[in-house]
Amino acid sequence: MSTIKELILLFVGAAFVNNVVLSQFLGICPFLGVSKKTNTAVGMGTAVIFVVTASSAVASLLHNYVLVPTGLEYMDTIVFIAVIAALVQLVEMILKKFIPSLYKALGVYLPLITTNCCVLGVALINVTKEYDIGRSVVNALGTSVGFCVAIVLLAGIRERIEGNEIPHTMKGSPILLVTAGLMAIAFCGFAGLI
Amino acid sequence: MNKYIERLYNGIIKENPTLVLMLGMCPTLAVTTSGSNGLGMGLSTTAVLVMSNLMISALRKIIPDKVRMPAFIVIVASFVTIVDLLIQGFLPALNDSLGIYIPLIVVNCIILGRAEAYASKNPVGLSIFDGIGMGLGFTAALTILGTIRELIGAGTVFGFRVMPDAYEPFSIFIMAPGAFFVLAVLTGIQNKLKLKSATNVEEKEPSTLACGGNCAECVGTVCAANRSLLETTAHDKQVDAVAAKEGKAFPEEVGKVKPSTDKGGDEK
Repeated sequence: MSTIKELILLFVGAAFVNNVVLSQFLGICPFLGVSKKTNTAVGMGTAVIFVVTASSAVASLLHNYVLVPTGLEYMDTIVFIAVIAALVQLVEMILKKFIPSLYKALGVYLPLITTNCCVLGVALINVTKEYDIGRSVVNALGTSVGFCVAIVLLAGIRERIEGNEIPHTMKGSPILLVTAGLMAIAFCGFAGLI
Repeated sequence: MNKYIERLYNGIIKENPTLVLMLGMCPTLAVTTSGSNGLGMGLSTTAVLVMSNLMISALRKIIPDKVRMPAFIVIVASFVTIVDLLIQGFLPALNDSLGIYIPLIVVNCIILGRAEAYASKNPVGLSIFDGIGMGLGFTAALTILGTIRELIGAGTVFGFRVMPDAYEPFSIFIMAPGAFFVLAVLTGIQNKLKLKSATNVEEKEPSTLACGGNCAECVGTVCAANRSLLETTAHDKQVDAVAAKEGKAFPEEVGKVKPSTDKGGDEK
């Protein structure tokens, strides 16, 4: 029972308290770039959930059962980045072949994800915190859900402020960054949750 | 000789990776809680950038074009591992404060961007200077951002107290939201002065791509590289859709036959 409680706490902590974008700054590029429309943000968020969870599981397996027994932990970074790049390609091919409807929804976002630092970041966090495979997957799932929530919220706000009159100086990136900053303050409020 | 100086000027001022090109935003926002952190991160990135530019430039005629991206990534990852281990060994304090962001230099857009845009096409000497210039530009920007945040958020510069004792630090500036605000003000100033920057380009016509196709906003050259890929995907999709439509009308003869019959119809 206590393990389940621990896993739930881990999930909530990863998703809200230590939100991956707003407090750890991983995956800023898609967060700012792909958040113009809510539906594309949902697509990107879902694709990230998919890839982060899968790649963390594989990376954790490799770390615990291949790299640690052979004493090659220092190869973590190289192995993980290679695994992620290969995995994204593989996921793309599998989806294209077997689940074309999902591929249609996520396909465009998959090539963008290889260079998303939150994928590699989560895999490395799992290793530094010495999570086992179960905790790694839960942590990855929580983190990516946090990413999805943040990007969909930002897209919603951006759709709302599109019609507003913004001073020329603040148009474009500045107002976007201010919005993200205010969201970060709001997410600071989750700090008392756990 | 001035060709080399021009690379340095280009990296530090003209195409400053952080302030003008808006590349590598993740480390820029994450580690600039103090001036010294910014400096440390900037110099580590510079070291990786110079070495990977050197290696990629030296191997540019050997690496086959088709597998160049994986090859670049492996080269960069190797150097990042070397730098990571050196920092762990000799600068444990910096390692504690930068933590996970050191291995994440691998996915920094600046490094792969320079490899793709410069080092893979130019001789070794120039590539090294390009790496130094870009690295120093990144270091300067990070140090400036870090110093501003440290000054407002803690009242210190590089750990020395400069503000009077009565100054109450805005601690939010060294927390996560402060990073967004400082960068927002900075890009706002660039907008105001109409300085050349990736953030104040005019809106182009909307693209058919799902992400809007505005790569200037989608920070990172890697995104720009992905753009061509995405466009081919979008094009393929369109072709598929057309083929599917025509396939319904003419299940046996897809594509080629249809246009010719259309043409015939027009001529009549």
